[in-house]
Amino acid sequence: MKQQNILSQVKNLTFREILYNNEVRAFFFQVATLLLIFGLFYTIIGNLFDNIEARGIHTGFSFLKNRAGFDILPFLGNYLQEYTPESSNLTVFYVGLINTLVVALVGIIVTTFLGLFIGIARLSNNYLVAKLAGGYIELFRNIPVLLQIFFWYNIFINIFPHPKKSFSFFDVAFLNQRGLYLPKPILESGFSLVIIAFVVGIILTVFMKRYFNKKHDETGVHTSTLGYSTLLIFGLPAVFFLLLGSPLHFDIAVLGKFNLKGGMQIVPEFIALTFALSVYTATYIAEAIRSGIEAVDKGQKEAAAAIGLTQTQSLKLIVLPQALRVAIPPTINQYLNLTKNSSLATAIGYPELMSAFGGTVLNQVGQAVEILGMAMLVYLFISLCISLLLNFVNKRMAIPER
Amino acid sequence: METENNKSNIIEISELNKWYGDFHALKNINMSVKEGEIIVVCGPSGSGKSTLIRCVNFLEKFQEGNIVVAGIELTDDAQKIRKIRSEVAMVFQHFNLFPHLTIVDNLTLAPIWVHNETKEEAREKALKFLERVDISEQAEKYPNQLSGGQQQRVAIARSLCTSPKIMLFDEPTSALDPEMISEVLDVMVELAKEGITMICVTHEMGFAKKMANRIIFMDEGQIVEENDPVNFFKNPESERLQLFLSQILTHDE
Amino acid sequence: MAINELQPTRKPPIFQIGAILWLRTNLISSWTNGLLTFASLYLLYIVIPPLLDWMFLSANFNFGTVNILGFDIKFSEVMADNKNCGREAACWPFIYEKIYMFIYGFYPREEVWRPDVFYGLTALLIIVVRLVRNYKYKNKVILSMIVTYPIVSYILIAGGFGLLPVVETHQWGGLLLTLIIASVGILISFPIGVVLALGRQSELRVIKLFSTLFIEFIRGVPLITILFMASFVLPLFLESGTNFDKLLRALIAIALFQAAYFAEVVRGGLQAIPKGQYEAADAIGLSYFQKNALIILPQALKISIPNIVGSSISLFKDTTLVLIIGLMDMLAMVNMTSNDPYWLGRETEGFVFVTMVFWVILYSMSRYSRKLEIRFNTENKN
Repeated sequence: MKQQNILSQVKNLTFREILYNNEVRAFFFQVATLLLIFGLFYTIIGNLFDNIEARGIHTGFSFLKNRAGFDILPFLGNYLQEYTPESSNLTVFYVGLINTLVVALVGIIVTTFLGLFIGIARLSNNYLVAKLAGGYIELFRNIPVLLQIFFWYNIFINIFPHPKKSFSFFDVAFLNQRGLYLPKPILESGFSLVIIAFVVGIILTVFMKRYFNKKHDETGVHTSTLGYSTLLIFGLPAVFFLLLGSPLHFDIAVLGKFNLKGGMQIVPEFIALTFALSVYTATYIAEAIRSGIEAVDKGQKEAAAAIGLTQTQSLKLIVLPQALRVAIPPTINQYLNLTKNSSLATAIGYPELMSAFGGTVLNQVGQAVEILGMAMLVYLFISLCISLLLNFVNKRMAIPER
Repeated sequence: METENNKSNIIEISELNKWYGDFHALKNINMSVKEGEIIVVCGPSGSGKSTLIRCVNFLEKFQEGNIVVAGIELTDDAQKIRKIRSEVAMVFQHFNLFPHLTIVDNLTLAPIWVHNETKEEAREKALKFLERVDISEQAEKYPNQLSGGQQQRVAIARSLCTSPKIMLFDEPTSALDPEMISEVLDVMVELAKEGITMICVTHEMGFAKKMANRIIFMDEGQIVEENDPVNFFKNPESERLQLFLSQILTHDE
Repeated sequence: MAINELQPTRKPPIFQIGAILWLRTNLISSWTNGLLTFASLYLLYIVIPPLLDWMFLSANFNFGTVNILGFDIKFSEVMADNKNCGREAACWPFIYEKIYMFIYGFYPREEVWRPDVFYGLTALLIIVVRLVRNYKYKNKVILSMIVTYPIVSYILIAGGFGLLPVVETHQWGGLLLTLIIASVGILISFPIGVVLALGRQSELRVIKLFSTLFIEFIRGVPLITILFMASFVLPLFLESGTNFDKLLRALIAIALFQAAYFAEVVRGGLQAIPKGQYEAADAIGLSYFQKNALIILPQALKISIPNIVGSSISLFKDTTLVLIIGLMDMLAMVNMTSNDPYWLGRETEGFVFVTMVFWVILYSMSRYSRKLEIRFNTENKN
């Protein structure tokens, strides 16, 4: 349709006028760019295929079915996929993916708490606390994250004791060079009912809160729901748990001849990676929270005080809603950064997506385009999800302006 | 003058002294306000007028002296402060409306959470006051969608929702464009006529002449002169007041 | 009705001032505050003394006799070796022995004057940018330095062109390599980033589409995937037989990666410019290129400078990733040097040393960035 407009405009112009017509120029410029880009791609892809043929590199995704043939550090990914060296390369992909997600999830939780704590501490009236928080931020923000990963891994390896002298937490959990051994939960048949009770508890809490809000609207009487919520969410499943005869027992690690046997082993690579990533990302989250709280005008707190709200009410109703609107978008961004930074696990051998699949398999199979393509797709997908989440959050929270 | 003594002092300030660090911001302030009085406090900037009224609802703490509001002595006691703040309302220079809440929600916040009113009652009252300041059609809008004058009128309505005995105005029109000043002053005049006790820090001398029972002039942290409006402008006694009047009145008149 | 006499100005009551007031309000104004102070002091107590002890008090400084700037300074009779250099505290002689590798990598010792000159040039550039305030031609001088600096540095470090003996890229390492990657990275990625930002703002849909796709793609993946791509796949894109220098691959990856981030920073600056500027430039008849070069970009870049410095700081931190594809930057040197069979197990000293170097550089950069922000905020207030 645009072409028609251009043509109809152009019909009545001289050649010189056509040359300078902006619409014409824009059109040709874009066509030229397209040709350039496609031409570039054509050459590059052409070379790619020539080289692949010349060097005898395979193409296609059939390698995914092949036997992997190497060991992977035992962790959640292996466990869930029941990985052995006989498993396929595709299984390695899944193992890496699961391990990446575990790091991301645990890291996000830890870094959020840490960042919240440091961010609030930074604003404390106490001089020492504020300065210490500030020092933390200045220190860990100005050291490359890869260096921090190496550093903590090195420290943990040197500090954690030999398996025979494992450090014990009340004889339930143990710490040594091979990792942190937590009790492994073994779920028995009735446990699913406990989970259902937990979910029911949450649903009941939601309804209860709605009921009490309605009551508050209608009578002005405000009841604190914290006690009831806790009772429902934790008490209900607990009751079921006991009634069903405690369908859960733990496999606690026991010291064998050379090493601990049993239990749930959390390898030091995971601990170091998650620790370093959390500590590093927390500095950015702390700054985001601080800027959120500082963005709330001083007058808001004064107005809240002037109309008689208590400190807690002021915080809950006035300060936090405004502070979070400013603090949440950069925080979500940092979650994405943490997930991307988890790919640095290659450096210390934690088997996440890049190191297991993008590392060992890549070295063995050599089909970089396919393997890296798959890995990049995963990260792009995660980024896309986070972007959509951000957009959604921004839209919901937007304060209407003129 | 004798009949006025029948009304009690709703605010009593004696020997009030406040320091910001080393800086002596309020020097030996002695002031009493009777119920229903309209007081205007004026003076050059930095004279301490805002600081003074902000002490009345404890937004500023003071180191020496005594303030009694509506029979309650002002000390660092959370309960007492809350009580005083439900009797004293404040209108700020920069409105300080809560931008994430609708106009109506801005007004119902205190009644619901501080005075435990039901949502229905609070809303009814809020709409009534919005009607009073002539802005009820904006009830469901958000503060940032309103003009300055409209926001300030909402702020006044918000203070009225707690049925205060005393209203403090901290330069309510100083942040407004000139054409919006009169809409806010009109509301203040209406309020003054209804018998509510008002202390206004303002440069609007027209309002002072028209509505004030007493005008207080402050300079460098102390009360220099106070008088009824007629004598305040016609017969300024102190040199500093004479200087101040000559500076501001050449613009107005 | 009443006029008051002048009231005296007084000093505030005694325990409202000075150090006592400060202590009271800031540290012990309430029970919780006092508890926090105590907890903080305790935290400092368990962290700082052991650290200081390990780094300085119990550390081994037996460097033997050291020649500094022509003076012989005797630290100890003989330099410590791995056996008598304790395990409980830092063994700094290890760093002292390996420091050449940390700073120059594998650069041939007889040519070391060349990296030294390079370091000097870099320092000079920094000094000019930071200290010269009001010189009229400052911008022109900086621009010309930014253009000549890469060329001169390349000739210095790499050699060739019949001027200096060639030093292959695999011999570059340590801090030298880190600096080269960072400076080349910034200098190349910045113009590309500006072009991408303009492209993303363009009204031509094709250009806008490709710019946006490129930027969002790069920002959605970790740098390491781009590095791997460059390392493994890039050579396949070229005619067979082309020898693709390993460092060059990494530089391309980092430049493309950083360009996308710079593009977003510059785009922020472009969007901050009032529409009226574009309209005024159009109204006086400037072409697209003139408009951007003379009016829009100067303003956009000026607004974005603090963020540009911030992004450059991130780049500097990202240079450490090249260790994963086998380039021997300063971080890689830690592993390399501690693998020396004679000095086994000294990674901790290496990490601490490298951490300190990085921290000093990055902290200075971020302080500079903050100064710029303050300066820009006060300038733009009007």
